[in-house]
Amino acid sequence: MTAALAPAHTRPATKRIIAGYGFWIFLLSDFVLFSALFASFAVLVHATDGGPGPHQLFDLRNVECETAALLISSFTSGLAIVFALSRRQLPFQLAMLATAALGAVFLALEIHEFVGLIQQGAGPDRSAFLSAFFALVGCHGLHVSLGLLWLTTMMAQVFAKGFRADVMRRLLCFSLFWHALDIIWVGLFTVVYLYGVYL
Amino acid sequence: MTDGTHSPQTAPGDEADREGLTGGLGSYAIGFVLAVALTVISFALPNLNLVWTPSIPVALAVLAIAQMGVHLVFFLHLTTGPDNANNVLALAFGLFVVCLIIGGSLFIMHALNHNMMNPGMAM
Repeated sequence: MTAALAPAHTRPATKRIIAGYGFWIFLLSDFVLFSALFASFAVLVHATDGGPGPHQLFDLRNVECETAALLISSFTSGLAIVFALSRRQLPFQLAMLATAALGAVFLALEIHEFVGLIQQGAGPDRSAFLSAFFALVGCHGLHVSLGLLWLTTMMAQVFAKGFRADVMRRLLCFSLFWHALDIIWVGLFTVVYLYGVYL
Repeated sequence: MTDGTHSPQTAPGDEADREGLTGGLGSYAIGFVLAVALTVISFALPNLNLVWTPSIPVALAVLAIAQMGVHLVFFLHLTTGPDNANNVLALAFGLFVVCLIIGGSLFIMHALNHNMMNPGMAM
């Protein structure tokens, strides 16, 4: 804003900023995608077709564990970025490994929940409510799975290529993605599970 | 802002040359503690008789939105600084679309259900 800064404004943005901004736009479009799934869930939550509703189906203990796993993994992925910025290979790899392990725990708990629901006859084909539930939570789970794939790729790339500028850009985009998944999970456990069980 | 290499913009998640609350390890630690506190309150609130029961949904919504804000500021390092203007503007537009989709869907379907309430009228 000051005169001293004026030349800097005319300078083109760095690749790092363009990549981060572009990825941020993608994440926002992902939020829009999830908002459609949230909207359909909210509209269909009472359309149980005489079948089981949220009260009978959801186990909050399981959701608490999922939430803890995802939140801690978000923190460890932040740690990984801090270590990557100070170019420390081993702590970085350990933090990424912890993130991957916690992400896998989250996925395992979610798959366990889905299998349990399907076994008791509450699969996505039972009612509109369950279709919307599986679409919304399943889409988040799919994002976590893809995130895990990306995470392991980044571990391998940093191991093989070091903290090169292009690898760092991908890494920072990955960390944005992982934090965004946690933001969506906050909406998810509130709207789907807490509202479902307590309302 | 004094050295010539400082960029006028930051990408979301950028923290390389950030000091204070929203940079480095401290930012993640603060964000983590706040997020854990908000999550624990969210899960515990309906079981405690602290809040007037009909207001619990609103309280949970407020807690969730607060936690999303904590994530945005402390994990994604989104601030209201001038270097973040582009990111915040994009976020504002994203939120606008999200609110339109969710609010619009709920409003339309509620109005539809309300108008279809009388079975004699529907068929």
